[in-house]
Amino acid sequence: MQRSNIFDYKNYRYFKLAVIVILIAFVAYLLFEPAVGHYGGSWLGYGLGTISALMVLWMAWYGVRKRRYRGSGATQGWLSAHIYLGTALTIMVTLHSGFHFGLNIHTLAYAILLIVVISGFFGNYTYMIYPRQMTENMGEDNLDGLLLRIAEADKLARQIALLMPDHINNAVARACGETSIGIGLLEQLRGFQPNCPSAIAVQQLSVMDNTLSTEQRKLYRDLYSIMVRRESLVKRARQDLMYRARLGFWLYFHVPFTIALLVAMLAHVIAIFAYW
Amino acid sequence: MLKHFNVIIIGAGPSGLSAAIRAAEHDVSYLLLEATQAVASTIRSYQRGKLVMAEPRGLPLRSPLPFTASLRETVLENWEKSISEHKINVRYDAKVVAISRLKNKLEIELADGDKLTANHVVLAIGVQGNLRRLEIPGGDLPQVQYQLDDPEAYQNETIVVVGGGDSGVENALALTNRNQVIILNRAEDFSNLKESNLSQLMESRQKGAVDWLLETKPQSIEKNTKGEFPITLFANTPKGVERIPCHRIIARLGALPSRPLLESFGIAFPTADLGALPLLSTSYESNVPGLYIIGALAGYPLIKQGINQGYEVIEYILGNDVEPADTALLREKFSNFCTDRGVDDVLYKIQKNVPILAMLNTLQLRELVLESNILLSEPSDIIFKRNDYSTTFFSIIEGELDVLIDEDNVPDATLKAGDFFGELALVSGRRRPGTVRARTKCVIIETPRRVMQKLIGSVQAMRRMLNQVAIKSVVQVCIGLSLSEEDLNDVATHATLKSYNAGEDLFHEGDEADGLYLIQSGSVTVSRMIGGREVVLFYVAAGNYVGEMSLVSGEPRYATVRAAVATEAVLIKADRMRDIIARNPEIRSALDARYLNHLQEQEKRKQLESASDGSGAFTSQSTQSNLISFLIQQGVGEATDVLLIDESLCIRCNHCEQACADTHGGATRLDRDTGPIFANIRVPTSCRHCEHPHCMKDCPPDAIHRAPHGEVYIDDSCIGCGNCQQNCPYDVIQMAVIQDQPERSLWQMLLGIQPESLPTTNSAKVAVKCDMCKDITDGPVCVRACPVGAALRVNPEGLLGYASGTSGEVALLSSDEI
Repeated sequence: MQRSNIFDYKNYRYFKLAVIVILIAFVAYLLFEPAVGHYGGSWLGYGLGTISALMVLWMAWYGVRKRRYRGSGATQGWLSAHIYLGTALTIMVTLHSGFHFGLNIHTLAYAILLIVVISGFFGNYTYMIYPRQMTENMGEDNLDGLLLRIAEADKLARQIALLMPDHINNAVARACGETSIGIGLLEQLRGFQPNCPSAIAVQQLSVMDNTLSTEQRKLYRDLYSIMVRRESLVKRARQDLMYRARLGFWLYFHVPFTIALLVAMLAHVIAIFAYW
Repeated sequence: MLKHFNVIIIGAGPSGLSAAIRAAEHDVSYLLLEATQAVASTIRSYQRGKLVMAEPRGLPLRSPLPFTASLRETVLENWEKSISEHKINVRYDAKVVAISRLKNKLEIELADGDKLTANHVVLAIGVQGNLRRLEIPGGDLPQVQYQLDDPEAYQNETIVVVGGGDSGVENALALTNRNQVIILNRAEDFSNLKESNLSQLMESRQKGAVDWLLETKPQSIEKNTKGEFPITLFANTPKGVERIPCHRIIARLGALPSRPLLESFGIAFPTADLGALPLLSTSYESNVPGLYIIGALAGYPLIKQGINQGYEVIEYILGNDVEPADTALLREKFSNFCTDRGVDDVLYKIQKNVPILAMLNTLQLRELVLESNILLSEPSDIIFKRNDYSTTFFSIIEGELDVLIDEDNVPDATLKAGDFFGELALVSGRRRPGTVRARTKCVIIETPRRVMQKLIGSVQAMRRMLNQVAIKSVVQVCIGLSLSEEDLNDVATHATLKSYNAGEDLFHEGDEADGLYLIQSGSVTVSRMIGGREVVLFYVAAGNYVGEMSLVSGEPRYATVRAAVATEAVLIKADRMRDIIARNPEIRSALDARYLNHLQEQEKRKQLESASDGSGAFTSQSTQSNLISFLIQQGVGEATDVLLIDESLCIRCNHCEQACADTHGGATRLDRDTGPIFANIRVPTSCRHCEHPHCMKDCPPDAIHRAPHGEVYIDDSCIGCGNCQQNCPYDVIQMAVIQDQPERSLWQMLLGIQPESLPTTNSAKVAVKCDMCKDITDGPVCVRACPVGAALRVNPEGLLGYASGTSGEVALLSSDEI
């Protein structure tokens, strides 16, 4: 199945565009060097700065664009352009700065922009690898279905465990009561629960108790297979939540820092004109 | 007490009630007899909250008895109100056991021995009156019931439903959610069920919500004195007697045939067939003078028809001449055509001019005309264009039309008055194969597919004639533009129409070639054994042919051809085909060209398939042909446009669903998260716009249509009955409240904040499904909203190229570029 994704969209249209933009910027940078050296205040610096600022605004507009369902056109092209031009932006602003950095609002804006772009790179990486893994993990099931099946397994296991000696009953009760699936961001990102009671219970149940009666032994086998099935369900549910969290986590940087960038950029522009 | 009446009406159903009220209005001495304790017992036996339909919709109601499509409760309430308003003279618990003709009156004997006489008797007892009961020990226990009034009334019970017919299964299904249900079916399968009931039953069984015993009859019922279950049913199964302890038994065993009873009244029937209808005059009078029969018993099963007949029969009895209820409507239909003649005259003219309509009886013709449009076209008006997606059927009353099958603007055939056209799209459900253009002024009747289907189902001669012409058209479309009229007729008369179920082989690799198969409806896959595996090579849709390769080469079948969905194909025998090829060099060269083309493609495929074992090329190729098989299994073969999601790209952002909901009144029409997956391709729960949409089958307000580009959509006239939801085999229709969505502010969009939802309105739920965003410029929003290009729409024709990766840019949004 070969289809165009966001990278090779329309035969790398926006990659080519980004390359052209960078090349033009470089050529201009090399050809026109002001007498005092490169800096943001030269006319080339203003030119690069203005283009970069407009590009930042356009990048931020993507956040609106992707939720404007009533508009026309396809979002896919926008994302492709967002990625390639966003990458080109790092070079544009670097050239704009003329490699002058310091402890000031201007460099702060620059740093924030880098954070936004780098978090975007990370986002790209997650988009490239996790979807496939998610499908491998879940198959045709969905999370709600898994949770439902875990709840059913819980109910069944508890019922059988009531007919078992106390220590078995306790292990099962603990597994059913204390297993957590994706509670809190940390656990979601991590994808497992330390000392998972479900895993421990399965481990404990792996050794069959000799004191069990024949009747109990038959039930015990059922209980064991339920608990094993339950554990793998729990693992899959956690994995799914992990992938979801990781697919979305980078946005917690990307979006707030975008807002911060807009503010810092505004301050940067005002400062320039105030000191002029 | 009065013993003689002018009119006695037997049966207080819709027809009987209507007659009684009309009689009351005329102040005739009359009596209404009802065998049970309440009126309208059949409707009363419907489940609570069931929608009672008012078909046929076009027919006006002329009786004082009110009736519109509404809930069972509303209908009953309105009727009871009418009864008390008109002070209807009704006698309940009055079961008639005999009617006999005395000298100049009729005598009626009741079950309690009472005898009444009347000048006229109207028999309106329907066909449901005499419910069959369980004639076994214990059949009269209070836990055994013969109807299910309110399924909600039973919770956590074990209920046995006896009877595998529609009513039994409907009852069982209504009970499944809250109860343990077991169905006893005397037959070995459920083959008599309506399709929607059957599919629901299978689904419930898969979910474990219902169980059944086949070839099983109840033997006896015993009362339990202790334990959880009040009764125990002993059932005779093929494996012996089984004990089924339960709370309740619902027996739905159908009704006793009414013919013996009617014959005992002296009423004559035309044939020995048990289902035959009694002989009646145009005023509903039977061969017994003074004895009239109306409603379902007379062969008019629809409530509205019965009500109108109740009115009419009283008028006839009083000697008033009334014209049938639909005459005014017909007059309106004919208002711009033949205005100088009466309705009957025009109908007669239609039957005289159009042989296919002459096969209908007057009642059927009236119904057809009522449901149809009458088109008056001027010369060079286009009736429909090639590749349009309409399915109506046309009969020509006057004028001539040209048919243009290929691209040149030269007419390929001419249609004259009395001919009909549009039959190919009617049978195949596909795009129109040609354009039809008026040559002279024309008068044409345009009939909806639904009406034609019904008539084809009941009029044998019509079906035969349509099939013959459809075969001819299919031959012409597939191979025969250059065939002479004689050749064409010759081929058509000797061709045979064959039907195949999904998965059935038309022919098998290595078989002797038996002829050329023209696919009339449905679609097939062509597959070969390559490297020990079956590889799907092509997907062939209706309007094309298969089997030409062996015909040209004279070798055994090169590949296996299998029906992807239920398919009909026209077979032209090999020797006849060879004969035609010999005489028509054009056909010969067309077949040869196709043959060579196929050979070339197959050679390419073969090389790819058998390329170095274990290498990437091999696995990816086998995935491709398996992917085609998978998609065909998912019913994509009967689709015209299907949404797929590439799970290896999908980032689970749900923008597809949100975009759909946002632009379609708040209810998303696709479920990204469910649906089978193969090789990272998911077929999500979303409409595929089937060739023959299952949802259209049974839509009372006829609210489901197909747009010219193929989109199947539901219009505003939806009444929310849920039939389409049940009929859809792919679960893509849901019932939802539609309300406009608030526009989001810039901030809300930038940060992805959900706007405050509007307070939910109390408007009724209607059926919603994907309409392929037919009213939105730029096409489907689900595809356009996907940021990573994981959502895509494909049509089956583009499927193979798509799956094998040969066409990079798939028909992403287009539905009309084939």
